[in-house]
Amino acid sequence: MRRNECIAMLLAGGEGRRLGVLTKDLAKPAVFFGGKYRIIDFTLSNCVHSGIETVGVLTQYQPLVLNQYLGIGTPWGLDRRDGGMHVLPPFVRSKGGTWYKGTANAIYQNIGFIERYDPEYVLIISGDHIYKMDYDLMLEAHKRNRADATIAVITVPWADASRFGILSVDEEGRVTEFAEKPKKPASNLASMGVYIFSWPVLRDALIRDEAEKGSSNDFGKDIIPTMLREQARLFSYRFDGYWKDVGTIESLWEANMDLLADEPDLRLNDRSWRIFSVNPNQPAQYVAPEAKVNSSLINEGCQVSGEVNRSVLFHGVTVKEGSLVEDSVIMPGATIGAGARVIRAIVGERAVVGDGCQVGSVDSVDIAVVGSGEVLTDENKLREAEPV
Amino acid sequence: MNLPMLGVINLIHETDDMGGLTANRCLATVPFGGRYRLIDFTLSSMVNSGIPRVAVFAHTKFRSLMDHIGSGTNWDLHRKGNGLFVLPPSMEDQTDFGKGDLYHFYRHRDYFTRSSPFEYVVVSRSHMVSNVDFAQVLEDHRQRGADITVVCKRDPGGFSGLARKVMVNEAGRITDMQDHYGRLSSDIASMEMYVLSKELLLDLVESSLARGQDHFVRQAILSNLDRLTVNAYLHEGWLGIVNNISGYYRHSMELLRPDVWHELFFRSGPIYTKVKDEPPTRYHRSANVSHSLVANGCDIEGTVYNSILFRGVKVHKGAVVRNSIVMQNGIVGENGSLENCILDKEVEIRPLQQLRGAEDLPFLAVKRKVI
Repeated sequence: MRRNECIAMLLAGGEGRRLGVLTKDLAKPAVFFGGKYRIIDFTLSNCVHSGIETVGVLTQYQPLVLNQYLGIGTPWGLDRRDGGMHVLPPFVRSKGGTWYKGTANAIYQNIGFIERYDPEYVLIISGDHIYKMDYDLMLEAHKRNRADATIAVITVPWADASRFGILSVDEEGRVTEFAEKPKKPASNLASMGVYIFSWPVLRDALIRDEAEKGSSNDFGKDIIPTMLREQARLFSYRFDGYWKDVGTIESLWEANMDLLADEPDLRLNDRSWRIFSVNPNQPAQYVAPEAKVNSSLINEGCQVSGEVNRSVLFHGVTVKEGSLVEDSVIMPGATIGAGARVIRAIVGERAVVGDGCQVGSVDSVDIAVVGSGEVLTDENKLREAEPV
Repeated sequence: MNLPMLGVINLIHETDDMGGLTANRCLATVPFGGRYRLIDFTLSSMVNSGIPRVAVFAHTKFRSLMDHIGSGTNWDLHRKGNGLFVLPPSMEDQTDFGKGDLYHFYRHRDYFTRSSPFEYVVVSRSHMVSNVDFAQVLEDHRQRGADITVVCKRDPGGFSGLARKVMVNEAGRITDMQDHYGRLSSDIASMEMYVLSKELLLDLVESSLARGQDHFVRQAILSNLDRLTVNAYLHEGWLGIVNNISGYYRHSMELLRPDVWHELFFRSGPIYTKVKDEPPTRYHRSANVSHSLVANGCDIEGTVYNSILFRGVKVHKGAVVRNSIVMQNGIVGENGSLENCILDKEVEIRPLQQLRGAEDLPFLAVKRKVI
């Protein structure tokens, strides 16, 4: 086995409960985003562009779609002779074997996998976030600091700080304090859930954490605080690009709408940092004579005969004549019937909004959702947003 | 299920009257339909029909072909044993280059003899844009006990591209065939897809060459029409014959008809092509697009009407694109305008430039030109 300096472990077991019907049969990393992608495409593409050639993907919840999507990693160029992508679900051992109890336990259970590659560093990332980041720059900082662990951080608005793991750092960037979702945040530097560990240090920490009875086996709650207490060399690495946790219906919708700005913070057509994904093999989109499309992102295989404003249409969406789609996200293969109105909504994969149906409204604060495969046929039915 | 049939896409001396579009590429890799190359259609039809082994007989200007099809992964032809074989001409000296396709078939005969479990061969070209089910053609071939079955298309409206017309009798047997420029009065044209047994093909190759004949269709088949049962199989679906500029333009524009779009791209399986990982197309606030086909990665601020935009095309503010085809990464500058134009890949139209071709004779800009 060829030696890898740094390998990545990608946590893709997230249940995404707050995404409601959108994650009914789907792990959160497999949720669609940006007209073409699934959330996990961003982290996988980041790995490839950062020169990381070995990626272990830890799956757990609803793995069917995700496993099929990942395959052997071909779309991301991760089907390599040595290394490449490996999907790592929890497995049965002769004495039991359990589900991954927490993020740290998931890595603990795969110490054997990591040791086959004998890396110097391990990058821990999660498949729940949308961002473009060069992990190699972070690794350089990690080495420069002779750190045991480096945590990527981003400045968040003070009002949101209590939703994140919050770090306090000294002038050298060394972490002095870490608090998971603090009520009174001491700073507005939030952990992005991207960690680089020197492998011997992490290995030791994982083994000791596993032996700890009351531990929840979580990086943010257990591993990092313990290392901090033991005065390990913990450094922060500042990232100032676009980063978004799309954990709720609201934030998923918002992140999609962010792409429609005149100068979006997250540029998708950056030729030097393409986001790779599985190709759906669909023809060029057809825009009919009576169609109107403005301020939108539209993918291959769509057939648009209605009006589409400030919306994101995934592949194979049909928007029939006389309909209106506004401020909405329409997932792959969905159909918007003739004369239907879809406003401030997310319409799931292969869902059908029947002719004349109405989903969402301009006045609603919340986002209306039509689940995957759901069929709305009653012409008079009004699907309003349900508070999540 | 796999068919017991080998595929051959024969690019040797393809009839090509495409001018600048084939200046630096073979006909097989001319971009078509917003995101494809001509060869994608035949290749995808073969794969979707269950043909597991396909050879492409390359001949000239095949750099773009090698780049496009690579190992065949995108067509699911990257396999153990079977899969894709790109066979460039195997020649002893320069003069072999001009020899007919049968000579090259002969040089590649190992491809046929080594493919032992395959009883049949379909020999086709790359410029007949269609979605053909070869399983049905083979079924027809076997049922009617033909020696050779030719996939044909009836079009009372006449053909724009250059095609070989055929005479078919009531029994469905071909009684006469012409070259691409003849005056045969028939509304049926050969789609240049020939199904026959491997044994007969090898026999025709050797016996024709022995008589000094080196063209597969013009000589081996035409001169044996009375001796062999050569049947026509009429293709019901849409066909675009794309080997001259007027055929290219007319058939491209036909894709703007939703019935043609559906039948070509969705009826019998997807059309595969090289993956480019372009993001979805961006329509800006000022975009005004109607009756058009738009591939991924485009960025549209201007007006696009009755046109086809390939991947990664940029239409700046105030620009107007009408009745035109803009290939990959084309740029139409601010307030520029195009009407009845075909722009090859990476052509840049500077701001305020106006280009206009005739309705029946579009203006053609060659690759990477800046106007």
